Amino acid sequence: MIRSVKKSSGNFRSQLAQFLGFLLLRIAVYSVLFILLYFFYDLGSKGYKVISWEFLSQMPRRGMTEGGILPAVIGTFLVTLITALSAVPLGMAAAIYLNEYARAGRLTRLIRLSIRNLAGVPSIVYGLFGVILFVNMLKLGTSVLSAGLTLGLLTLPWTITASEEALKSVPDAYREGALALGATRWQMVRTNVLPYAIPGMLTGAVLGLARAAGETAPIMFTGAAFFLPYIPRSFKDQFMALPYHLYIMATQHHAIDKARALAYGTALVLIIFVVVFNLGAILLRARLRNRWRH
Amino acid sequence: MDNKHVVIPEGNLKIKVENLNLYYGQKRVLHDISLSIPENKVTAIIGPSGCGKSSFVRILNRMNDLIPEARVEGRVLIDGENIYDRDVDLVTLRKKVGLVFQKPNPFPKSIFDNIAYGLKIGNHRSRTELEKIVEKSLRQAALWEEVKDRLTQNAFSLSGGQQQRLCIARALAVEPEIILFDEPCSAIDPIATARVEELIHQLKKDYTVVIVTHNMQQAARVSDYTAFLWLGELIEYDRTEKIFTNPANKLTEDYITGRFG
Repeated sequence: MIRSVKKSSGNFRSQLAQFLGFLLLRIAVYSVLFILLYFFYDLGSKGYKVISWEFLSQMPRRGMTEGGILPAVIGTFLVTLITALSAVPLGMAAAIYLNEYARAGRLTRLIRLSIRNLAGVPSIVYGLFGVILFVNMLKLGTSVLSAGLTLGLLTLPWTITASEEALKSVPDAYREGALALGATRWQMVRTNVLPYAIPGMLTGAVLGLARAAGETAPIMFTGAAFFLPYIPRSFKDQFMALPYHLYIMATQHHAIDKARALAYGTALVLIIFVVVFNLGAILLRARLRNRWRH
Repeated sequence: MDNKHVVIPEGNLKIKVENLNLYYGQKRVLHDISLSIPENKVTAIIGPSGCGKSSFVRILNRMNDLIPEARVEGRVLIDGENIYDRDVDLVTLRKKVGLVFQKPNPFPKSIFDNIAYGLKIGNHRSRTELEKIVEKSLRQAALWEEVKDRLTQNAFSLSGGQQQRLCIARALAVEPEIILFDEPCSAIDPIATARVEELIHQLKKDYTVVIVTHNMQQAARVSDYTAFLWLGELIEYDRTEKIFTNPANKLTEDYITGRFG
């Protein structure tokens, strides 16, 4: 019985179609993987030589052809901190409002549409907007604060969207169950929605921050400096940042050939920074999920 | 529909529904329903899928408010007070009128915290008081013996039938006066169903019970009064044995004898 089915030609053709289909899908996955691995290999093989404790802990010397990248590491860290402090609470609060409180209507739809569209606005536009709003109008100057807030604006739509998705994944049965027991809307959100949405919300936020940390255009006019002989002492100071430093070392430097090795090192550090961020997000989610779910 | 047959039950009337219409947007889901629900009795709402029976029961503790396009006309009096008056406090109403859902919906918390949920969000009580109420509610829901040694375990570790009794215990813990059941047995097995039915039977000593069911045998087994809804209209409402032995309306007869549904 089975044998006769196996030998029919129709079956052979559908098996061939399946084989070819899966082959195409496999090729697609492998090519993406290959590009990614090659990218890491190229960066790693050329960058690892310069990476050392000194590279991370020293100021640049001799017109940035020697020494380390300490001010850029610290600058990126501080800017990301401002971004996190501004975008994460605001984004979560906006998502909670939109998903749990706002009545479905034309206005809510318009707000959602705007947020989705903001996520697609080129980062250079955010940069110029940051110059007008934070640097000039709010008189924060070119500073860690202005750049961090500009990056905050850039990540806000991502944070809101990710947080909303996390809230949507909480079953309505938890909400209805809480309300049916006499909970107010806020009690329902606080005790029966947020605990289960927080892991997803934080993951989205961290991924957004990782993206922001690697951005160049938004900080170029709002506070990042070509070169500074000091580490920022306050949030009103200018700063050096890894992505901008890399951009300079790779394209703007007066002695590009001498700076090349350091540029690779900087790129590698930046990539590791982002990878660690993303890994952190994955681990965080796993941990919170274990704590709050069953 | 001509020849509708609606009686007024004997005894104390807990809920009075007067000329109730429910709309979802333009669509009228319930048509001019008037009926009275007696205190300390079980009243069953039966009818084919989509007849509006779930919508009806959700009217009684205003869970329909969650649907943005839902609109209610008419009056629903509980102990003489119209719950659709503007100054009604939904929190107080929902504590007084509990609801057990179609699918068991325990929260992803411990068994204890599930039962204590309604108490914790209300006024703060001492731990010993909470423990007392949790035990009492679980005993009432005939679940205490099965879970007393594992109150800190997650509620999802219980079987489907146990989860539904947990949800009943959770509703009882806030000391309601009325308990609504929205097809409470549609997602659990026959043995678990028998236990829940037994439980409903016991509950009517202390509570007024309204149960929606698509299972006519269940209505016949557990209820004192039965309302038959058809396409959003109340066709017949009478004592359960009257409905099942000698229905006044041809449609009711066709439905309970299984000619449609």
